[in-house]
Amino acid sequence: MIVLENTPSAVLLLAVGVLCGAGVYLLLDRPLTRVLLGIVLLSNGANLMLLVAGGRAGASPVVGNAPADVRMSDPLAQAMILTAIVITLALTSFVLALAYRSWQLHGHDEVADDEEDRRVARQAADNAPAYEDSDAAETGETLDEEAATVYDQVVERAERLRAQRERDERDQHGPQGGGAR
Amino acid sequence: MLPVLLLTFLLALAAPALVAWWGRRAFWVLALGPASAAAYALASTERVAAGDLPVSSTPWVPGLDLSIDLRLDTLSWLLLLVVGGVGALVLVYCSAYFSRDAEGTGRFAAVLTAFAGAMIGVVTADDLLLLFVFWELTTVFSYLLIGHYAERKTSRRAAMQAIVVTTGGGLAMLVGLVVLGVSTGTWRISEVVAAPPTGAAAVVATVCLIAGAATKAALVPFHFWLPAAMVAPTPVSAYLHAAAMVKAGVYLVARFAPGFAELAVWRWLVLLLGGGTLLLGGYRALRQHDLKLVLAFGTVSQLGLIVLLVGLESRALALAGLAMLGAHAMFKGALFLVAGAVDVATGTRDMRKLSGLWRTMPVAAAAAALATASMVGLPPFAGYVAKEAALEGLWHDATHGGGVVVVVALVAVVVGSVLTVAYSLRFLWGAFGTKPTAADGGAAEPTPVGRRSWLLVLPPLVLGLLGLAAGLTPSTGERLLGPYAASYPAGEPGHLVLWAGLTPALGLSVLVLAGGAVLFWQRRAVERLQGLAWSPRAADLVYRRSMRRLDDLAADVTGATQRGSLPVYLSIILVVLAMAPGAVIASGLLGGSTVVPAAVAWDRPAQAAVVAVVVAAAVLAARARRRLKAVVLVGVAGYGNAGLFLLHGAPDLALTQVLTETVTLVVLVLVLRRMPTYFSDRPLAASRWLRLVLAVVTGAVMMALTFAAPLARVAIPISVDFPEEAVEFGGGHNIVNVTLVDIRSWDTVGEISVILVAATGVASMVFLRQRSGELLRLSRADADGLGPDGHTRDVWIAAGRTVSPARRSVMFEVVTRLIFHAMIVVALFLLFSGHNAPGGGFAAGLMVGIALTVRYLAGGGYELGEALPVQPGVLLGSGLFLSAGVGLAALLTGNEVLESVIIDLTVPVLGKVHLVTSLFFDVGVMLVVVGLVLDLLRTLGAEIDRQSEQRSRPRSTEGVA
Repeated sequence: MIVLENTPSAVLLLAVGVLCGAGVYLLLDRPLTRVLLGIVLLSNGANLMLLVAGGRAGASPVVGNAPADVRMSDPLAQAMILTAIVITLALTSFVLALAYRSWQLHGHDEVADDEEDRRVARQAADNAPAYEDSDAAETGETLDEEAATVYDQVVERAERLRAQRERDERDQHGPQGGGAR
Repeated sequence: MLPVLLLTFLLALAAPALVAWWGRRAFWVLALGPASAAAYALASTERVAAGDLPVSSTPWVPGLDLSIDLRLDTLSWLLLLVVGGVGALVLVYCSAYFSRDAEGTGRFAAVLTAFAGAMIGVVTADDLLLLFVFWELTTVFSYLLIGHYAERKTSRRAAMQAIVVTTGGGLAMLVGLVVLGVSTGTWRISEVVAAPPTGAAAVVATVCLIAGAATKAALVPFHFWLPAAMVAPTPVSAYLHAAAMVKAGVYLVARFAPGFAELAVWRWLVLLLGGGTLLLGGYRALRQHDLKLVLAFGTVSQLGLIVLLVGLESRALALAGLAMLGAHAMFKGALFLVAGAVDVATGTRDMRKLSGLWRTMPVAAAAAALATASMVGLPPFAGYVAKEAALEGLWHDATHGGGVVVVVALVAVVVGSVLTVAYSLRFLWGAFGTKPTAADGGAAEPTPVGRRSWLLVLPPLVLGLLGLAAGLTPSTGERLLGPYAASYPAGEPGHLVLWAGLTPALGLSVLVLAGGAVLFWQRRAVERLQGLAWSPRAADLVYRRSMRRLDDLAADVTGATQRGSLPVYLSIILVVLAMAPGAVIASGLLGGSTVVPAAVAWDRPAQAAVVAVVVAAAVLAARARRRLKAVVLVGVAGYGNAGLFLLHGAPDLALTQVLTETVTLVVLVLVLRRMPTYFSDRPLAASRWLRLVLAVVTGAVMMALTFAAPLARVAIPISVDFPEEAVEFGGGHNIVNVTLVDIRSWDTVGEISVILVAATGVASMVFLRQRSGELLRLSRADADGLGPDGHTRDVWIAAGRTVSPARRSVMFEVVTRLIFHAMIVVALFLLFSGHNAPGGGFAAGLMVGIALTVRYLAGGGYELGEALPVQPGVLLGSGLFLSAGVGLAALLTGNEVLESVIIDLTVPVLGKVHLVTSLFFDVGVMLVVVGLVLDLLRTLGAEIDRQSEQRSRPRSTEGVA
């Protein structure tokens, strides 16, 4: 019977709490460099958390390294943390490049508010459409009334123009008879 | 059936090419698709009538139990005949309808033919989900056809309205179909109808199915899309919006009625929707002046009638409904085609402008007269036979205790038929009659007639004559349609006859005709009355208002949630984290439902000391105002973490953490030295307090989570077997490394892909115009004028002379010279021993990276180029290829992807060699990591150096570079 030894040690809990708290404090700031440092601290806290979740400390998980009666620490959690560490490095580099680019372009590395989002919010507050859409505009007519005005392309262009000319001429010569009803 | 379906879809695919080659004549070829369907139906007539139903089943998606199950029973046979026959005639009609220079004919032909295919699928599908697939295809094709003239706003709006309404109903129907499939345990339609569900499932399914049918068949309150859809070309109106697609809704009702018609909710929905539509459509048709709109509202009305007939549970009514379905397809299809022919000849469809066409277009007028006779229900046409059967059935049920439903239905059918007669006459007279002039009441001069074609009048004439032929042979109709009507649950079987004697139904028919004639005669009074009375346009208005509200709501939601501020977004996420899991944990811990074991202060006393350092560093880092100070403090916390890993029994983690932390620190310093010393000051003290509160709360929640998570583990962890598996299958003793390269190697492949993407992202942000800069070799440096100048010599490192003398440090160069190769050897050792001792690809890659970093710091970008003259992209790409490629290689040897092979060899000099193929996987990992670090050094190091030098001495080296 394998007994799970999971009770976390208090000092590790403290480390997780402080790393996460400090990370969040930095994360919520405006300068991208501080955001970046916040991410690093938060990642460290999260890695420690995974470590604690894997169980208590034990011998290093190398077969044959420790006596058989000494408990080994959980290798699965460690493999996951190892992956996380390297991904954090990649993420850090990426945010750093962002910060540098921001500084290069704007002279500072602060995260500015998104103007487009603000514009959409302003338009919504005024109940104005956020984008131009003439199809949705009200025309006063119902669509079936409009349907009566639509004709198919059944007459060739030259023929159409000739007919139009004739109609215009007839209309000039006086009112057309035969208006039904 | 399947070949017919495939042929039609293949023709649709070929249609654009055919139209491009043969012009309008291509429609004749395309007509073969639906014609083959009609021919197939005709050929199967006797089998269907005898009950020997043709079925076919082809597996499609076995994982979903979805197969192409097709089945041809009487109902499907009737609709296949309608879809195929009318479809073929309409396609032939198209070949003369559009002008030769009309735009988009190829696309139109393709979509119309594909629609015919989808429709064939709808009426023959015997699988609930297959039915839905074809059903939605017809919706999409209808959308494309209504919006054929996409440059016209009216077309776009009508098309959008039609697809929104019908898709909404279609989704409701999908819910109903799934409810049916799940509650009955079968997806075969025929089996579901034979053994329908009961209780709540039946009610939900009924409401959902009727919603689907009502939107498709344009029943109130969804009828408004059909008149608006008249913007579609007239052949489309004839085929989709009169004969075929709207009949899909009717088909759905008729298909499920035998199983559901006895439910009260079904009966009342059918009565309300069918009866209401019948009356509303007829009423509004009386006011229209456009030929197509008269027909459109007439179609709305007739669809209501047919749904009413096939939806009620009586066998006699079902027979009448099926007959009406066929009759309607013939006469309404014909009338639309005639309206199109009139449009082509005169250039208008406005009946106020048309006069005297019965003289100038006699054949079209004859076709229209035949169809109208069927529509009003004159003997001996098909419409008469169907309506007579309907009245007979309703009268019989109403006088034999059929209840209020049947009485209401009878009244609705009679009143609706009176309206039908009135608008039918209005159409015929409006299109072809000779109108009096407004001035003196004399006959107006005939409307001038332009292009005419036999192909435009022949199809409607054929349909009109078919209506007559069907009416003359009612017993054949009864024999062929009877089997399906017999599957309805109640009532005596009905009959289709021309003369049944002096029955009450005959009296009602006479009454209907007389009433309709009076309404037509008094049309001016009727129109005036309608003008005064309330005009029922509410549904259209409600639709448009609700669409506008939806837009407003979407904008409001976007405006409310997308505040455009990163701190706000992050705060929301963190508050949710604190509120949701935090509250649960707090209640568990405080409420006593979680058993809290005695606290352990530390696993090893040294932990306390390391934690003290980490805590102090983290707090100070959060308070620091200087960039570099903050960076260094974060680094201290990171190294502290490595110590904690080591104390926990995780040497691999400790090693990797130390190496990563070093690389991170160097890279951060490289970049930050270019940026301002201090963080910009933010005077908002209030927001700082808010952040602090959120930070403390989040930290506390994370602590609580960390405390609770391990306590929540009750099962034996999967990693218990890892030691054994690692040795046996992975061939290594370091379990963490074997986990990475073997047991969970898919994770690692994903991870190195992330690294590759991140490295590429960094490079693209720093090298703005290309993947990476050119390799900085010494030859480049010589060309740039950084060559030997007599003062400097390259004793210790390769590119020392490229660094300005003021920045050079001999000590650093000497140390670099001494340790670089040693570090590479250590890296190789980590790589090869990693399988059995702490180390592995990640650690090795980072170690090489640090060695390269040292070279870069000592000698700059050129030194880096000399140390590893390779583009980082090559390393990243080949690394990923090697890792994933090893996995594929395992496939060749017949193993699983990424499975390791263990090879033990005895090599003369080295002795016994234990080779595991996952080593190559690890080599790939190492290459990717080296690529990442090299990329970082070249971008965030060398390239940023170059850019800032360029800024500080503008133009001096520009010309050379």
